[in-house]
Amino acid sequence: MKELNLATLIAVFEEIFGRGLFWAMVAVAALITLAYLYVLIRDRAVSWRKFLLAQISMPFGAILAVVFVHAMTDSGFRDVGGPIDLIALLAIAALGAIGMAILVYTVQSLIGRERGT
Amino acid sequence: MNLDRRQFLTLAGGGLAASPLISGTVRAEPVKTSAHIVILGAGAAGTALANRLSGRLSGARITIVDARKDHLYQPGLSLIAAGLKPAAYAVSQTGQWLPAHTTWIEERAAEIDPEAKRVTTEGGTALDYDYLVVATGLVLDHDAIDGFSLDLVGTNGIGALYAGPDYAEKTWKAAQHYSETGGIGLFTRPATEMKCAGAPLKHTFLIDDIARTAGNAGKVDIHYMANNNSLFGVPIVSEKVRMLFENRGISPAYSHVLKAIDPGARRATFTTPDGDQERDYDYIHVIPPQRAPDVVRQSGLSWADKWVDQGWVEVDSKTLRHRRYADIFALGDVAGVPKGKTAASVKWQVPVVEDHLVATLAGRDGTESYNGYTSCPLITRIGRAMLIEFDYSNNLVPSFPGVIAPLEELWISWLMKEVALKATYNAMLRGRA
Repeated sequence: MKELNLATLIAVFEEIFGRGLFWAMVAVAALITLAYLYVLIRDRAVSWRKFLLAQISMPFGAILAVVFVHAMTDSGFRDVGGPIDLIALLAIAALGAIGMAILVYTVQSLIGRERGT
Repeated sequence: MNLDRRQFLTLAGGGLAASPLISGTVRAEPVKTSAHIVILGAGAAGTALANRLSGRLSGARITIVDARKDHLYQPGLSLIAAGLKPAAYAVSQTGQWLPAHTTWIEERAAEIDPEAKRVTTEGGTALDYDYLVVATGLVLDHDAIDGFSLDLVGTNGIGALYAGPDYAEKTWKAAQHYSETGGIGLFTRPATEMKCAGAPLKHTFLIDDIARTAGNAGKVDIHYMANNNSLFGVPIVSEKVRMLFENRGISPAYSHVLKAIDPGARRATFTTPDGDQERDYDYIHVIPPQRAPDVVRQSGLSWADKWVDQGWVEVDSKTLRHRRYADIFALGDVAGVPKGKTAASVKWQVPVVEDHLVATLAGRDGTESYNGYTSCPLITRIGRAMLIEFDYSNNLVPSFPGVIAPLEELWISWLMKEVALKATYNAMLRGRA
């Protein structure tokens, strides 16, 4: 990479997913994050019951993310060849886990009935 | 505003990736000019330059000359020839990448007259230019291999992935059959300069890996036929490849240059320091000698004392400006520089020519310099690659020092090739990367 700045990164991501899909995904991620912040502010507290379910969903998010990346790239666990690969794998899993937790928490808060904290 | 990776990582890591970054590269005011710039070739180099120039110049006439309607994403050919992608993966339309307000002449250049500053096309159109950028790419000299012709590809255990997406797909047919039935595999490379010197190695590694995964490691006997006494032009990489070959049971044969094949008998003849030698094969991968197109070789623009059988354009290795004609530049495969026949090199070369050309039009001197940067995600098996980057001096110049080791077979390097490479290439074509 000769020049690596945000404009280049955005250009590359637009090419990976197509301009429409990329910005749609950014919008969806932003909406979910906003909805999450909204329910936090609305409820003025973290609902630990919902948080528990969100936590339980995290391993599934992690596994889904890793399986998705493996399937998209013709590769698998056997291809981990060095520390950076392990870090990348864990980062992908962590992203999947956190994303899933936020999603589950938000969905529960938006559609579920409030059953105490 | 340009940042190198370290600055970027430091900023991003410090959570400071703030507003100046979002604006990306801050462009100067377009330079006003009425110059006519002719670009020969709408491949990776010609297209990227046309897009970048159109953003930097106001009033310039840019004409791009190329008869090919299909744009080829050549880094994809290795993947097609390993059955990982279909032929269509590497094909798009030339026209979809070209900037508006550029004239595309869908013909081949027939003559370049650097004294009269005129290009004549095969259809007889005469183009008088103020500045000329030669980015024609190279030609594959298949006729130089006796007994070989392109219609043989995919039959009789013959592969030739360089010849294009369809031939890469046919190559996979022959290679797949070989990976199942086994026998002797000969993987060749020419003695001329060539585009992506890593590709012959990738094909070797991939077909070995595919045979192995299918449980046929015991059936295949793979030989890599090096053109000289090394396996790669960069010594430290050559040594690494030698070790990998040893580990994988791939036998290197040094100084064996393919001269002829007998498809019926499945026998190849190699020129070696000890005279011609014959080898039987069950699968052979042919990469022919590579040269500048005739229109370039006949124009008097080639080096007179270097690569005389190949005819690359005589340019300064740092500025890519012609050493005898200041109004001519060469980019990409056809440029007569020691390294740099890859798409990654083009990505580094284009901003250099852009800078010198725009500076000249603005009455200044250009400052950018090309250091020979060449990059090769050297695939060693499906799922792993080595991200090898080097310069004119054979130094390794890793993009992510301390993070992605250049001589390690890594999954992350494979991920980058799979996910980001074509996207980065497309962004480069549009002049955005």
